[in-house]
Amino acid sequence: MNVPTMAEMMAQGKQPEVLFWVGCAGSYDDRAKKITRAFVKILNEAKVEFAVLGTEESCSGDPAKRAGNEFLFQMQAMTNIEILNAYEIKKIVTACPHCYNTLKNEYPQLGGKYEVVHHTELLQSLINEGRLKIEGGFFKGHRITFHDPCYLGRANDVYEAPRELLEKMEVELVEMNRCKSNGLCCGAGGAQMFKEAEKGNNEIFIERTNEALATKSTIIATGCPFCNTMITDGVKNANKENEVQVLDIAEMIVSANKL
Amino acid sequence: MHFIPNLLFALLLVVGVSIFVKNIQKIIRNIKLGKAIDRTDNTDKRWKNMLLVAIGQSKMVIRPLSGILHIIVYAGFIIINIEVIEILIDGLLGTHRIFRFAGTFYTVLIGSFEILAFLVFISVIIFWMRRMVVRLPRFWNKEMTSWPRNDALNILYFEMVLMSLFIIMNATDMAFQQLNSGNPISQFIAPLFSNFSVETHHFIERTAWWIHVIGIFIFLNYLYYSKHLHILLAFPNTYFADLNPKGQLDNLESVTNEVKLMMDPNANPYAAPADDASPSKFGASDVTDLNWIQLMNAYTCTECGRCTSVCPANITGKELSPRAIMMKTRDRMEEVGKIIDQKGSFENDGKQLLNDYITPEELWACTSCNACVEACPVNINPLSIIIDMRRFLVMEQSAAPQELNVMMTNIENNGAPWQYSQMDRLNWKDE
Repeated sequence: MNVPTMAEMMAQGKQPEVLFWVGCAGSYDDRAKKITRAFVKILNEAKVEFAVLGTEESCSGDPAKRAGNEFLFQMQAMTNIEILNAYEIKKIVTACPHCYNTLKNEYPQLGGKYEVVHHTELLQSLINEGRLKIEGGFFKGHRITFHDPCYLGRANDVYEAPRELLEKMEVELVEMNRCKSNGLCCGAGGAQMFKEAEKGNNEIFIERTNEALATKSTIIATGCPFCNTMITDGVKNANKENEVQVLDIAEMIVSANKL
Repeated sequence: MHFIPNLLFALLLVVGVSIFVKNIQKIIRNIKLGKAIDRTDNTDKRWKNMLLVAIGQSKMVIRPLSGILHIIVYAGFIIINIEVIEILIDGLLGTHRIFRFAGTFYTVLIGSFEILAFLVFISVIIFWMRRMVVRLPRFWNKEMTSWPRNDALNILYFEMVLMSLFIIMNATDMAFQQLNSGNPISQFIAPLFSNFSVETHHFIERTAWWIHVIGIFIFLNYLYYSKHLHILLAFPNTYFADLNPKGQLDNLESVTNEVKLMMDPNANPYAAPADDASPSKFGASDVTDLNWIQLMNAYTCTECGRCTSVCPANITGKELSPRAIMMKTRDRMEEVGKIIDQKGSFENDGKQLLNDYITPEELWACTSCNACVEACPVNINPLSIIIDMRRFLVMEQSAAPQELNVMMTNIENNGAPWQYSQMDRLNWKDE
């Protein structure tokens, strides 16, 4: 798999058109790594000159900030910004809405000013520029619902890019009752991913997954590694893992284009 | 002695308005207990926001039924209040319907007030039924204890009574009825009084007029104690709302200074910090640690519960309710205000917003999903208060849940929330 690092690029005196910020989930989580690899396959297919930071990447600081640890967040942010600025990065793409939000909105005041896009946004623009074509066929007629990640949707008002990609795959998109700006959280945000939920009478991921299952979709699509984990757990909880798949949009494109 | 009613009216006006002004001053003083925050930028965008969200009610109609009913009540409230101008002049000068010289224009105006008053009356009845008959869950949540529930009902009763009095006043005004114009609603009420004498008519008309006037003054001064303050504060609240993307949290400047110092190899660690370099406290444990916009948010909240009804934590039975966060912030702010009233300045009363009002359990239940922020019809931001209080728990008290401490230690040690080596970051490439 062709994955150049910034250090390698620099050694060759090259500057990539976009830096792929993999994020912690995308780097370490077994499920999320598949999404990372799928996205790289598409980037290579579309001949996008990209690079990753590799071992120079570090947590964006999002979970620390949302847990209230502003010190740790800013230390992470400033360390990352130092590296990004040293490489003169202009544009960043990431498949994690949490990294996306933090890099895009919270880094600029600390000196990190980049054009930051979510992978679904980049894929959409590649299609618009004619550099990528999505094949219909594979998912044609499949009932599919899309779960809006909070940090992509409400947090940054990106609702259409993932849906347009799904449309290109000719799926039958079925919206949940709570969708887009009214979408229900998967339960992972605000550092909840890393702790037990507080006491209640239901789990958020079960509440959300049941809503997705009620659409009778065979695939629950999303664009966030954490949402993916939560909803996959929800599907297992409902004993539907043999009937319903939880997939990232990038993985679906890889299947559709048989990459 | 015929000027006694005028004097009485003037007295009522002076007393009513001066108590109101005094209370407004208290509200402003309490809001100013908050820390400074600059929201003077982007005036165009801010005016537009206010125009759209507060005046245009754009976020109310996302729920169409309550949204449209609310617009009727809101429009009725503003438009019918034009009538109050006439009431003021009549009351002070002892005149009767002084604007009547405007002829058709006047009757058209009064006629439209009557129709609006009728529509408001119907809407308020439906509102009452939503609370008391349909019992929508968001009006019966845990934080909706007796006072918040009664407060809401009181407002509805006020509206019902004021609207009825306005119609009765018109219906028993024989001269006005004889014009037979501008009385689209009261003409149907007037026959109810047809057996009464002219004097009785006059008496009822005057009584309704006076109770109406007194009612308005009582309502004006009820605001201070009520959730109904939103009719005033929705405007500044939407104007000063956060214009950044909802996902963007503020970066604490005091922390930035310290982190920069830490990361600067040339910094002198023994240098005395500048006087204003570090704040007394990171994050918020009491209302005085919040900024004034967060405190204004608390006064603006009308406890509709739209935030709580979309909160994933609340939906799944957790302690957290974003509405309760706002209500508790206001309760504490008013408590601090009372101490200032009594003692001249704030003295430690052994209480604070954290623990005595808002528990860590509530704060740790939040997923920071912004559903509450999105849902609020007047752009209140409960999330910003939750985050500021988490900051206090973590940075001042190291009181994060254990698993979060593990997560943060991992980030510190190996640059990821899990315990993986940073050297393994690119392993996915070859798997």
